[in-house]
Amino acid sequence: MLKTQELQINIGPQHPSTHGVFRMLVTVDGETLVDLVPFFGYLHRNHEQIAERNTYLMNMPYTDRLDYFNSMANNHAYALAVEKLAGIEVPERAEYLRVIMVELTRILNHASAVGFMLNDMGAWQTPLAFGIREREKILDLFEMVSGSRMMCNYFRFGGVVRDLHPDFLPQLRKLMSVMPAYIAELERLLTENEIVLTRAKNVGVLPKEVAISYSVSGPMLRASGIPYDIRKAEPYSIYDRFDFDVPVGGVGDVYDRYLVRMEEMRQSYRILEQALEQLPDAEGGHINPKARPALKPPVGDAYARIESPKGELGFYLVSDGSDYPYRYKVRAPSLINLTPLRDICRGYKVADVVAILGSIDIVLGEVDR
Amino acid sequence: MPVLSSAEELREHLQRDLPGAGVLPLPPPPPEPGAEGKEPEKKAKGKEKPDFLTTGDTVVVAERLTEVAHYLRDTLGYEYLSDIAVVDYLADDLFELVYRFYHLDGGGDLVVKVRVPRGQPVVPSLTPTWPGANFHEREGYDLFGITFQGHPDLRRLYLWEEFEGHPMRKDFPRQGDKYLTLAGS
Repeated sequence: MLKTQELQINIGPQHPSTHGVFRMLVTVDGETLVDLVPFFGYLHRNHEQIAERNTYLMNMPYTDRLDYFNSMANNHAYALAVEKLAGIEVPERAEYLRVIMVELTRILNHASAVGFMLNDMGAWQTPLAFGIREREKILDLFEMVSGSRMMCNYFRFGGVVRDLHPDFLPQLRKLMSVMPAYIAELERLLTENEIVLTRAKNVGVLPKEVAISYSVSGPMLRASGIPYDIRKAEPYSIYDRFDFDVPVGGVGDVYDRYLVRMEEMRQSYRILEQALEQLPDAEGGHINPKARPALKPPVGDAYARIESPKGELGFYLVSDGSDYPYRYKVRAPSLINLTPLRDICRGYKVADVVAILGSIDIVLGEVDR
Repeated sequence: MPVLSSAEELREHLQRDLPGAGVLPLPPPPPEPGAEGKEPEKKAKGKEKPDFLTTGDTVVVAERLTEVAHYLRDTLGYEYLSDIAVVDYLADDLFELVYRFYHLDGGGDLVVKVRVPRGQPVVPSLTPTWPGANFHEREGYDLFGITFQGHPDLRRLYLWEEFEGHPMRKDFPRQGDKYLTLAGS
C-alpha cells in the first residue's frame, strides 16, 4: 500500500518569487498545499518609532521608503494627514500636480505589478520587460520634477516642493500619446494568452464576503466584485472633479486581479487627460506660501487615507503640540492584503501560490515597516 | 443602511440601542479661549502635559468592544474594519486603541476608541469574527504588548519570539539596546 507524507517547506526568505525577504512555511501533500504560515519582519526597522523622533518634515522622504514603487502616493497620504492635523490649505495648481503624479504612479505600479506577476507564473522576463518599459518613461518624468527616480520626496505640506520643469508637460503629452497603444499591446500579449488563462483563471479565488471580512483593499477588493474605491467613496484632494470608472471583477481570482489592474491603468489615463486639461496656469501656485516647513500642529489626532495603487494607505498621526509626531501609524495595504493568503492558497498547487502572491502585489518595505 | 455623519450620532445610537454599552461620558468641553483670561495663563506656564484625552470620538469600555463592533457591523452596516492603531499615553498611564470602521457604500469613518490601563492591557479580540483584524492585533501585541483576549494565534508579528520588551512603548529604552551591541564586545 502506498503511503503519503506531508512535507513542510520554507518558501523564502530569499526566494525570488517572494518579491523581497518574506517567508512562507508551507505544508504540502504532494504538490497540493495544505497549510501556509507567513512570517514577516525580515525588513522590520520600526519605521513608526523612527518617525516619532523625526520632525514632521523629516518624515516626508522617509515615507518614500515604505512602498518604494509608489513614493509619490506615500507622500500624498502623509501630506494629507499632516495637512488635516495642522489645517493647511493646498492651492489649486498643487492639487492638480499631486493628482498627475499619483496617477502616473498608479500606471507605473500596475504595469510593473502585472509584469512581475507574469514573471512569477513563469513567463520569464518578457512581459516584465513590457511593463518596465512604461515604468522607465514615467520614472524619467519623476526625475525631471523631483531629481530622483524612485525616492521622489516631491510633496510638501501645503503643496509640492517645486513647480514643473518646462520640459515636463511636453514630455508627458508625448508619453500619453503612445500610452493607450502601450497598454493595448500589453493586453494583446496577455489577456487572451492561453498560458495566462490556464494559470490564472479560478486560481486563488477570494469571494466577496471573505474579502470584506479580511479587510483587503485596492485592486484585490475590487477584483472580488466590490466597487470600493476611496477616490469615489470618500473623495480626497480633487478627485470629485474627475470622471472615471471603478472596474470590478467577477469571481475574485488571479485573472480578475490582473484585469482590474489593466483597466485601472486606462482609468488613470482618463484622469490624467482631464487633469492636464484643467491644470490651472498659476505662477508659483505649487505651494501654499503660508505653510511653514517646520510646523507644530495643535494637540489632537488625524487620519488620512488615499487609494494607493496597492490599496488603502492611511496615516494616523497624534500631535502633542511639539515639532515631533507623538504617534505615527501607517495603515499599510500590502500587509493587510496578505491576511487572507492562507485561505486563498489552500488546496492549490505550490506553483499557484507563487502566482497568487504575485497577484496580491506586495512590497516588503511596506509590509515589514 | 444609514451612513452616519458624526461621532455624536454614533453615541446616540449606542446609548439608545446598547443601553449601558459602556460609552464613557465625554469630559467637559475645554473653556472658551479668552474666557476669564485663562488661556494666556496656561501659555505662560510653558511646558505642560498635553491633554490627549479630550476627544470628540466615541470611547467605549474595553469589555463591551465586541458587542459594539458587532452592532456597528450588523445594525449600522459598517462592515469594513480598516485599521486598529495603538497609542501609548505614558503620562496618562493608559493605552488607547483606535478602531476605524467604514461603510462600503462610501462616506467617512466611524471611530471607536478603547482605553486600557498600561499595567493590565487586555482587550477582547475581534479576529474570531473579523479575520482582517488578525495582523493589526498581532502588531499591537508585538510592538505594544497588548493582550487580545480570544485571538487564535497571538504571536509576535515582526520581532522574534525571544525578544524582550515592546519597542513602541514610550518607556522602551531608545539607547543602549542590547541587541545592537556587537557580538563578543
